[in-house]
Amino acid sequence: MGTQVKQNSTADYLRMYRQMVRIRSFEDNANQLYLSAKMPGLTHMYSGEEAVAVGICEALTPQDKITSTHRGHGHCVAKGADFKQMFCELLGKEEGYCRGKGGSMHIADQSNGNLGANAIVGGSMGIATGSALSSKMRGSDEVTVCFFGDGATAQGLMYEVMNMAALWRLPVIYACENNGYSEYTPTDEIAAGSITARAEAFGIESFQVDGQDVLAVNDLAVRLVEKCRNGEGPFFVELMTYRYHGHHVGDINREYYRAKSEEEEWKSNKDPIIRFRSWLVDQGIATEEEIDQINYEVKQDAKAAVDYALSAPYPAAEEVDMHVFTDIKHAVA
Amino acid sequence: MREITLSKAVNEALAEEMRRDERVFIMGEDVAEAGTPFKILSGLVEEFGTERVIDTPISEPGFMGMGVGAAMTGMRPVVDLMFGDFIFLIMDQLCNQAAKTHYMSGGKLNVPLVLRTNLGATRRSAAQHSQSLHALVAHIPGLKVALPSSAYEAKGLLKTAIRDDNPVVIFEDKLMYQDSAEVPEEEYTIPFGVANVKREGTDITLIGTSSMVQVCEAAAELLAEQGYSAEVIDPRTIVPLDEETLIRSAQKTSRVIVVDEGHQSFGVTSEIASRINEKAFYYLDAPAMRIGAMDVPIPFTPALEDLTVPTPDLVVKQALKLLRGEMIDAA
Repeated sequence: MGTQVKQNSTADYLRMYRQMVRIRSFEDNANQLYLSAKMPGLTHMYSGEEAVAVGICEALTPQDKITSTHRGHGHCVAKGADFKQMFCELLGKEEGYCRGKGGSMHIADQSNGNLGANAIVGGSMGIATGSALSSKMRGSDEVTVCFFGDGATAQGLMYEVMNMAALWRLPVIYACENNGYSEYTPTDEIAAGSITARAEAFGIESFQVDGQDVLAVNDLAVRLVEKCRNGEGPFFVELMTYRYHGHHVGDINREYYRAKSEEEEWKSNKDPIIRFRSWLVDQGIATEEEIDQINYEVKQDAKAAVDYALSAPYPAAEEVDMHVFTDIKHAVA
Repeated sequence: MREITLSKAVNEALAEEMRRDERVFIMGEDVAEAGTPFKILSGLVEEFGTERVIDTPISEPGFMGMGVGAAMTGMRPVVDLMFGDFIFLIMDQLCNQAAKTHYMSGGKLNVPLVLRTNLGATRRSAAQHSQSLHALVAHIPGLKVALPSSAYEAKGLLKTAIRDDNPVVIFEDKLMYQDSAEVPEEEYTIPFGVANVKREGTDITLIGTSSMVQVCEAAAELLAEQGYSAEVIDPRTIVPLDEETLIRSAQKTSRVIVVDEGHQSFGVTSEIASRINEKAFYYLDAPAMRIGAMDVPIPFTPALEDLTVPTPDLVVKQALKLLRGEMIDAA
């Protein structure tokens, strides 16, 4: 695990561990809801990438902002969201974060600074950079983290906003989650050259980090967030990670683009949760029993939230034309 | 009352709102020292500085997206899009992001953003600098669309747009920037969704948007010379649309022509005419008719360009057919 670790307390370490397990547990349940046909639509699993979201979001305050992606449950949980409201949203229920109107791909939780997942690949890069501009204009020390995948580096918007972020020294961190696949295509086939070099071309200091090592991610994030608060942004981080599932839950037969042996290798030897668990035990921060207890509690929480969401009511039909505009109660009167 | 140009009216609206609310700022290409190619914003950077009048690179999707993010986090950006034709470049940020954020978040996130841009042909600027693309925007739920028809409307509607908590797109006719109109010295705003009956009449209703209001007024004058009384109505905003005023007028005059500078097919004229045909049918002596821009890319040569836009003569010709009980020419 990371060597230059900041002095986290035992509580910090255990919270990081719990947050990673919460993401995994959330995704396992979401996948089951899909497979048992209880969830409308599709969803994109974050399993395998937990150390990225947790390592970064643990470096942020609730006032700091993030923008998220179609593979966004991990960011949402890591930024502080509640299971019940999240499962309600996935199931299209009224108590969901977005009253069921956004769903998996659009979960936003402004109470914790999550400006929303985005179903357009790279679509939130302008929003994140604008949030950083806003923070600077308001004289706030808020930092914005823009999460996106390796696939989004093929979008032109990224280059436009990185240029402006660099010109205006905006407090934004571009967090590229490189999970090796751009939907159904290996990233090597769609990205020429180096990914970090793209940001370096704008004079943005860039880093590559092991995205399966939560302490390494967190250590870097803490340093970069601090620098952003001091007006030294923007930064770019490429986080080397892996998605255990297919592009979405329905992408099951995927051997034409990815070997099962490769998936097994990552799951067995590079799993961020197993690695961090071993480290916690080795360091004497927690016992196996204490960790099992965390796992058990999270599972129970997730189960309770799923049960709650399954029986929660859908929004009333009259909601359909509400929230189109802020000041027109029903847009289709 | 004093008269000022539409350009000056826009400038005053921005300056007043920026003085009133420090969250309001402008961003776009050449908005600061250059004051835009039309010199509309001249003087603003001197008063408000480059931190609130921000020159951007030529990156329309980038600065539009940044406007959305800034609006979601406590600012009130006025994004300047140099030509309305460039709206195609920002469609994702405008239509997938700005328009849907409030709805997709279940009402939790707001995007109080104004996109200022323009429309209008006959400036001999050819097909990529002459389009009137407001129908594209009006088609997307979540966006309000304002079409000022004079300096007075330009100022009042822009001030309202800036105070609105929703994304608003305001299209100014680039050929009207130097046109003057009476504009009060005192503060005023113009509410959205309230049409303006510019001229009362009894025989036919001419509904015009933006500079087509002038075209309709000129046509009404010509019709008056022939003994017909035309009512001219300016909806001022097409989203929201003051359907009630339009339908009431249709019920009164029984004949309606809708004139707009967007392409006629699938456009603003089609939408308004349909609503009138659906909701005032039993009062009409003839179907509500459309006159939009010709369905061709705008040609460069004046010899052809002038044929593509509605003119007072064309409106009169079609109006006379309606008034005489003949069908008007198909598009």
